[in-house]
Amino acid sequence: MAWLQTLDRRWIFLAMLLAVALPQLLQVRVPEKPTPLVLNVFRKIEELPEGSRVLISFDYSPSSEGELAPMAAALVRHCCEKRHRMVLMTLWPDGKPLVERAISRIIEGEYAALGLQAGRDYVNLGYRPGKEVVIKTIATSLRAEFPTDDAGTPLDDLPLTAEVTNLQDLDLLISISAGFPGLKEWVQYASSPLKLPLAVGATAVQAPQAYPYIPRQLLGILAAVKGAAEYEVALGERYPNLAIPERQDAVRRMAPQLWAHLLIIALIVLGNVAALVSRPRGGVR
Amino acid sequence: MLRNTIPWLIAACAGSVIIAAYFVPSAQGWQDTIGQWFEVLASFAFVLGGVNLAMQNLQKISAREPGWGYAAVTLMSFLVTLGVGLFKVGVPADSSGSRWGGSYQAEGSAFWWLYEYAYNPTISTIFALLAFYVASAAFRAFRWKNTEATLLLATAFIVLLGRTYAGAVLTSAIPEEYSAFTFPGLTTLIMGVVNTAGQRAIMIGIALGVAATSLKVLLGINRSYLGSGDG
Amino acid sequence: MTTATSSRVWWPICVLSAAFLLWRAAVPGGPGMARVYVKPAPAEADASSAGWLAARPDESGAVVSPARTAGVWVAALLTLAIFSFLYKDNPAYRFAEAVMVGVSAAYFMVAGFWDGLVPKLFIPLSQMEWGTVGEVGRSLLTLTPLVLGMMLLWRLLPRGGWIARWPLAFIVGTYAGIRLLSFLEADFVSQIRNTIVPLVVRDTDGLGFDLWASVRNGLMLGGVLSCLAYFFFSMDHRGWYGRVARVGVWYLMITFGASFAFTVMGRIALLASRLEFLFDDWLWLIDPLGKRPPPGL
Repeated sequence: MAWLQTLDRRWIFLAMLLAVALPQLLQVRVPEKPTPLVLNVFRKIEELPEGSRVLISFDYSPSSEGELAPMAAALVRHCCEKRHRMVLMTLWPDGKPLVERAISRIIEGEYAALGLQAGRDYVNLGYRPGKEVVIKTIATSLRAEFPTDDAGTPLDDLPLTAEVTNLQDLDLLISISAGFPGLKEWVQYASSPLKLPLAVGATAVQAPQAYPYIPRQLLGILAAVKGAAEYEVALGERYPNLAIPERQDAVRRMAPQLWAHLLIIALIVLGNVAALVSRPRGGVR
Repeated sequence: MLRNTIPWLIAACAGSVIIAAYFVPSAQGWQDTIGQWFEVLASFAFVLGGVNLAMQNLQKISAREPGWGYAAVTLMSFLVTLGVGLFKVGVPADSSGSRWGGSYQAEGSAFWWLYEYAYNPTISTIFALLAFYVASAAFRAFRWKNTEATLLLATAFIVLLGRTYAGAVLTSAIPEEYSAFTFPGLTTLIMGVVNTAGQRAIMIGIALGVAATSLKVLLGINRSYLGSGDG
Repeated sequence: MTTATSSRVWWPICVLSAAFLLWRAAVPGGPGMARVYVKPAPAEADASSAGWLAARPDESGAVVSPARTAGVWVAALLTLAIFSFLYKDNPAYRFAEAVMVGVSAAYFMVAGFWDGLVPKLFIPLSQMEWGTVGEVGRSLLTLTPLVLGMMLLWRLLPRGGWIARWPLAFIVGTYAGIRLLSFLEADFVSQIRNTIVPLVVRDTDGLGFDLWASVRNGLMLGGVLSCLAYFFFSMDHRGWYGRVARVGVWYLMITFGASFAFTVMGRIALLASRLEFLFDDWLWLIDPLGKRPPPGL
């Protein structure tokens, strides 16, 4: 077992590469089952009456796009299916193109047949610097922060926002969050003081920190790519047109997850075996 | 006075207005004004960061310090991105024939190209590298040494399995009424009960710390943010 | 591995990879790779030039975009350059890192300019009026952030850096004000309220006793209290108090174990996303989103 002690870490890197790459190249798929926290979010969007106003804040950047883009896509698709009206924004400067990508790929692409119109069915507010101050401001006055949408049209001229004064005029808030500013700030400045329903999609790193807010301050969490995969399955069960591989980015990525997790477990076991074997007899553990 | 007392008074006034606005609705307008100023300063901070980076790299190049070639690459990337972003190079023109009315990130523009094909792949790959290092750390650092380490290890095992299909398969023989003892069930229990309790205690501690620090700043007890040098 | 051995291993790999890429990219009738197709964007009524949007290769009017195709190659090579750090530090990695630093700093500056300074400062400045006392007051309020901003930029000058303390104090004071109450409300009072749960939970029909829910609530309440006991250092962690604090440590260890597992999950998702870009957008080895017609059509 001495070779384990001196194992070049690049072999571990190679093993990790293969564990993630092979399932992708072989296009392996594994089944998923929605859990209660994901279903809470799904049911909330499902039960809102058609045409409800939903704010979705894309609080992430390309560095966590691999985790969060699938859940952002699933949530936007769900809102399109339910004909909810979406107010889109971001608190991250490099999140702005991700909002635009969701609009062009999903709202204007996959749902082109619905003829959803900017200003009437969705509004892109864009980005403002200021982090949580932005949330605090729009909690009382949307126009103080965003006098116009991202294209420069005054909010009063847009049918969707003409009657929206502040966050309290919205039916649901969603933050897809990779850190600061993100879900914690939405809880602190919107859902807690205003008692507004808030659902979040979070990176795996941030998700465990959001659990204490459930259920009073948060109605549910889509935790990491698994949360997104569960949401996609729930969506597919309700809307069969979404139960196809092209609409299930996260489900697709759960196969590499499975093999990489197994590899990590194997590495932990191997590392402990190597340490156990090499421990001097009579030594202190 | 100018270097110490007035900055503290500025901090105290800004913070006090926001606290007052929480209790006195008529102070809301002042809070919004402070918010607007804050956002302008946040934008200036981006400018400060960018110019600072450019100056540092320029210094490295002019002093021919080791790695000055990479500093030149950084500076060139910075200047090109800044130029095409500020001048909206490649942004489709609006009805007046001007590109100034369009979004600086319009699809097809030079700034958009740099975001899509230079910024996006580099920053996401840097973060993706961590997958390899986390595997290496799992092999080298995760040791079964004492009760605490065993708890940590066992939890990681259960949650790693419980968050994938493997966990469901391995404990599929357990009847539905005892589903809490499957890997996914145990994961739900750990996250919803033990993790919630631990995170909540940490959260309460941090909240008290933040409140105490904020009060110290507003009362002028803590002025460390002003620095000690003359600048 | 010595340098000579390393070269013997890497040269064949590089040559084979180059041949593979050449075959996919350049051989007529071959599988192809990395090409990006675009089509003219539908012209809007108020636009004189609408630009180009991404398209499927088989869409009518779709043409190859040289700029975007080159972009995919640049993105792929930068991705590989960063991955090369896993083997060892090298100039390709350093180059990609330098590009990232430069582009990201400028990106944030441009975003701050167009989404921050223009709407929040320059437009209000252009609308200033000085006719009445009220207008003068409003104009002065508009000018204030400009003055504070210039003071912040003073840090860049060799002398008088202390002037930046004023705007810095404003930023710190604002943060202190908004965080004082929000943390107390959402992370302190609300967390205490969330922890006050019934230790004996009735069934939904109100007649029976839900053992499982009661145990969960008990474990949660006990966990919060024991963790807080561990964090409270004004009492010696001895005797019964020490035992409670030790239980708190166990809770925290389980919490950290769960966080570790979640962190692993997140990192792998990011890696999967990058590899998918290489296999799908660059090499065209897979097409999970159906972006291209099946080969042979």
